[in-house]
Amino acid sequence: MQAQEIYNKLEKQFPGKVGLFRGDFFDPCLNVDAGAIVDVCRYLRDDPETAFEVLSDLTAIDWTKKDDEKIQVVYHLFSYTKRHQIVLKADLPREAPRIATVEGVWKAANWFEREVFDLFGVDFIGHSDLRRIMLPEDWIGHPLRKDYVEQEEYDGISTQRAPLVDKLLR
Amino acid sequence: MQPLLNSLPETVFTTKIDELLNWGRASSQWYMLFGLACCAIELMQTGGPRADLDRFGCVPRATPRQSDLMIVAGTLTYKMAKRTKLLYDQMPDPKYVISMGSCSNCGGLFQIAYSVCKGVDKIIPVDVYVPGCPPRPEALTEGLLRIQDKMMRERWLVKDPAAREERAGT
Amino acid sequence: MGEAVYPESEVFHTEDMTISVGPQHPSTHGVLRFVVRTDGEVIGEAIPDVGYLHRSIEKIGEKCTYHGYVPYTDRADYLAAMFANQGFCMAAEKLGATEVTRRGEFCRVIACELNRIASHLISVGTFGQDIGAITPFLHALRERETINDLMEEICGARLTYNYIRIGGVGYDITQETCDKILVFLDHFDPIVDEYNRLLSYNKIYIERLANVAAITKEEAFQYNLVGPNLRASGVKWDIRRDIPYSVYPELEFEVPVGHGEKGTIGDCYDRYWVRMQELQESSKIVRQCLKMMPKGPAISKVPRKFKPPAGEVYVRVEAPRGDMGYYVVSDGTEYPYRVRIRTGSFTAMAIIDKLSRGIMVADLIALIASLDVDAPEIDR
Repeated sequence: MQAQEIYNKLEKQFPGKVGLFRGDFFDPCLNVDAGAIVDVCRYLRDDPETAFEVLSDLTAIDWTKKDDEKIQVVYHLFSYTKRHQIVLKADLPREAPRIATVEGVWKAANWFEREVFDLFGVDFIGHSDLRRIMLPEDWIGHPLRKDYVEQEEYDGISTQRAPLVDKLLR
Repeated sequence: MQPLLNSLPETVFTTKIDELLNWGRASSQWYMLFGLACCAIELMQTGGPRADLDRFGCVPRATPRQSDLMIVAGTLTYKMAKRTKLLYDQMPDPKYVISMGSCSNCGGLFQIAYSVCKGVDKIIPVDVYVPGCPPRPEALTEGLLRIQDKMMRERWLVKDPAAREERAGT
Repeated sequence: MGEAVYPESEVFHTEDMTISVGPQHPSTHGVLRFVVRTDGEVIGEAIPDVGYLHRSIEKIGEKCTYHGYVPYTDRADYLAAMFANQGFCMAAEKLGATEVTRRGEFCRVIACELNRIASHLISVGTFGQDIGAITPFLHALRERETINDLMEEICGARLTYNYIRIGGVGYDITQETCDKILVFLDHFDPIVDEYNRLLSYNKIYIERLANVAAITKEEAFQYNLVGPNLRASGVKWDIRRDIPYSVYPELEFEVPVGHGEKGTIGDCYDRYWVRMQELQESSKIVRQCLKMMPKGPAISKVPRKFKPPAGEVYVRVEAPRGDMGYYVVSDGTEYPYRVRIRTGSFTAMAIIDKLSRGIMVADLIALIASLDVDAPEIDR
């Protein structure tokens, strides 16, 4: 199926919840309302014409353009049987980003969402085990945000190292 | 390095006790498998068929309790730093540390990363630094030979000649 | 070793204990940690704990230029560094609408398939070592030394190559290197027989691996398993065949699929068998490329300040551990806005918790080794 047909199907099924279809991108994408993401994903997985049985990737981008600040959660869906793909995007506010989890639709989302929580601070409602995955448990801050400031020291180890050239020139 | 001298016609060797002890220790350094990242693959290749570490008497051990050399091969992250100190403390004295590769020397090309400890010498004392990314097996073998030289220079019977003279004088 | 789930035994009066396997352990394929709750033999649950090699490669992408980021992609999976390079370069080329020269494409395929042979040798070797067969690992390292020498002739490095650049490859492959590659392949093809005799048809090996932790097709889809893990469960899917890129449409090769060689479809033995078959397929591909390689420049002219227009792209490459996806977002400057690397080992770790309930401790080691997980791919 072409991406435009998938978008038309979704528009008919979920009027008002999907929009901003960009067919001119390399991978056509569309925006989904943050509240309706679980229903849209379940529909795309179960419908026999779309049959997106695999969640290829779940990640986030931190946009800090003026008047357009948001954290955008990006879902890449793929279908082995039909050989097509679609990209869903959900925009969340930067202060307190929260969105429902799609763990019930694809189990692969479990670890992807833990990584997005760890690095961006997005809270996934209904997740069975939301804790940090890449960084130590007592780390402060969410590093992949654009306004992240590295801390001075961790656990007694300083994070800076003087460049060797200064030491040699002294 | 000729610790043993065949000075009498039959099979009698004369040497110093220090050199005999050091020769035994230097020819059988058992290293702990502490491969963290890419340098671990070169460590495996150094223990492999061509640049054989076994000909120096080095056998890989999995536990720190049975090893006297720790080759830190790879990038050290803050999450791993506490465990590294724990493992180093469990090694019995006298123990030596080789820092293999740029990442464990000073952070390497990951110095701009937020989660990488800039050098393993922030946590444990290092004896020999082997540069490279990753160092060739020949470079690591050279590092091992430097540790052998360091071992041969140690004194056991008379720990500190200056202190002994001071005690004798008073 | 017929059943996978063993019933509780009231006779032994044991208690549950929680053991931490790793992060420093000879058989965890890098720094991984499993918190295992077991009664001594049968596992209750095994929770993976990752992040001990998190080197923030994705954040570094925002601080480096496109050309300068290619060495960092090497370290995203150091056993398959060529594929990681190629994924990023393909994404940057798609964004910037850059053409790759034809000779450059063939050089890329030769380098990548040699790297696939090297990676599968390590995978098969460490698999044997974890089961207890120490010798085949040294045989694999011996072949790998020859491949390292060839790579050194091609691009100057043994492990982290930085060979595939935006627009082509860094250095051309000379005629004498091509002859040496042919000599190596003639030596390597009968050697696969040696591994088969040492490992594949070995009765102990088969009994340790057959019917252990079988993964069905539906589970593989739910958990997004890719690469040889997916093919062992019976799904004939290979990016080189199904979403072709580079010059793969012109090459002839088979895609091996698991079909329950010695047990159920999708068990540990199938995952091992698919990798052994892929070794032979890669050798075929390199031979065809050496014959078909045209003359010409190895890299096209790319500006030093590479500034692709704003946009985003998702590119897939068939790496030895599955399909590696690169999601690169550009905002028109010479620094990428966001680089995301989605690797096959990340989702393969998630399935270990589910599969490990009810198997023995030794089977857990076999399971981890059969999924061929790799710490840098998981943590990046």
